[in-house]
Amino acid sequence: MEIKYEKYGEETVAFVIGEIDHHNAKAARERLDGIIDRECPVRFALDLSGVSFCDSSGLGLVMGRMKKCNSTGCSMVILNPSNAAFKILEIAGMDKIIKIERGKQNG
Amino acid sequence: MAEKIINSMKTEFSAKSVNEAFARTAVASFAAQFDPSIAVIADIKTVISEAVTNAIVHGYAGREDREACPVYIQCKITESGKLTVRIKDKGRGIEDVETAMQPLYTTDSEGERSGMGFTIMQSFTDGIKVSSKLGKGTAVTLEKRLTGR
Ligand SMILES: Nc1ncnc2c1ncn2[C@@H]1O[C@H](COP(=O)(O)OP(=O)(O)O)[C@@H](O)[C@H]1O
Ligand SMILES: [Mg+2]
Repeated sequence: MEIKYEKYGEETVAFVIGEIDHHNAKAARERLDGIIDRECPVRFALDLSGVSFCDSSGLGLVMGRMKKCNSTGCSMVILNPSNAAFKILEIAGMDKIIKIERGKQNG
Repeated sequence: MAEKIINSMKTEFSAKSVNEAFARTAVASFAAQFDPSIAVIADIKTVISEAVTNAIVHGYAGREDREACPVYIQCKITESGKLTVRIKDKGRGIEDVETAMQPLYTTDSEGERSGMGFTIMQSFTDGIKVSSKLGKGTAVTLEKRLTGR
């Protein structure tokens, strides 16, 4: 799994590429929190288009970052979730509590 | 009436998180011989990952000697294309299975578990059975139809 990010003014977009499971969720969490802490964005977008596998560890990852963003007054959105990522978000009803945007290409 | 079993597979590995990917890939490869759809294969990978992660995280919680903590997987395919997978650990067991299976229920406080593992296993399969004994371990049996009907 790989995480990259780009900055567009007040928005930071982080891309998660590969498989999200319990084994690599901890590294993903640390990396994403590091990005949020460093950039202090007004808007944090998590691009999940490159997620090839996702289990409930991915839910924990998204919910945890949402909590972190809420506590720092930054708004978080999900961008272009892959089928693997969306199916898991949907089953937990996350599609109703976090904004999911599709089709928009940044940059 | 018991259906005829046409193929089976067994594997055993240590309760290390690095084996989660191995476990789901192994079961998915075994199931692939029946030519299931991509969606069915994706569901199988997800539910195996959930059950194996539970054995590693909860079953053997607090254990340092992970190479000595076994996780067992047993798979069978019947003539009509039904896959049965049993994932078993010899860990701490579950006190109240019914409560543990409720959506959002988790005993984990810091690992960012969501409590949705069992809910995902239930909705991505055609059947789930959980048997557990405190101090002895847990076995989760999952059924998934590999063919379209
Ligand atoms: N193999 C297991 N051994 C012991 N306890 C388990 C096992 N599997 C599940 N549990 C218990 O059931 C609860 C719910 O599991 P699950 O739905 O997968 O959510 P999560 O893993 O996010 O906590 C766990 O928090 C744990 O208390
Ligand atoms: Mg779980």
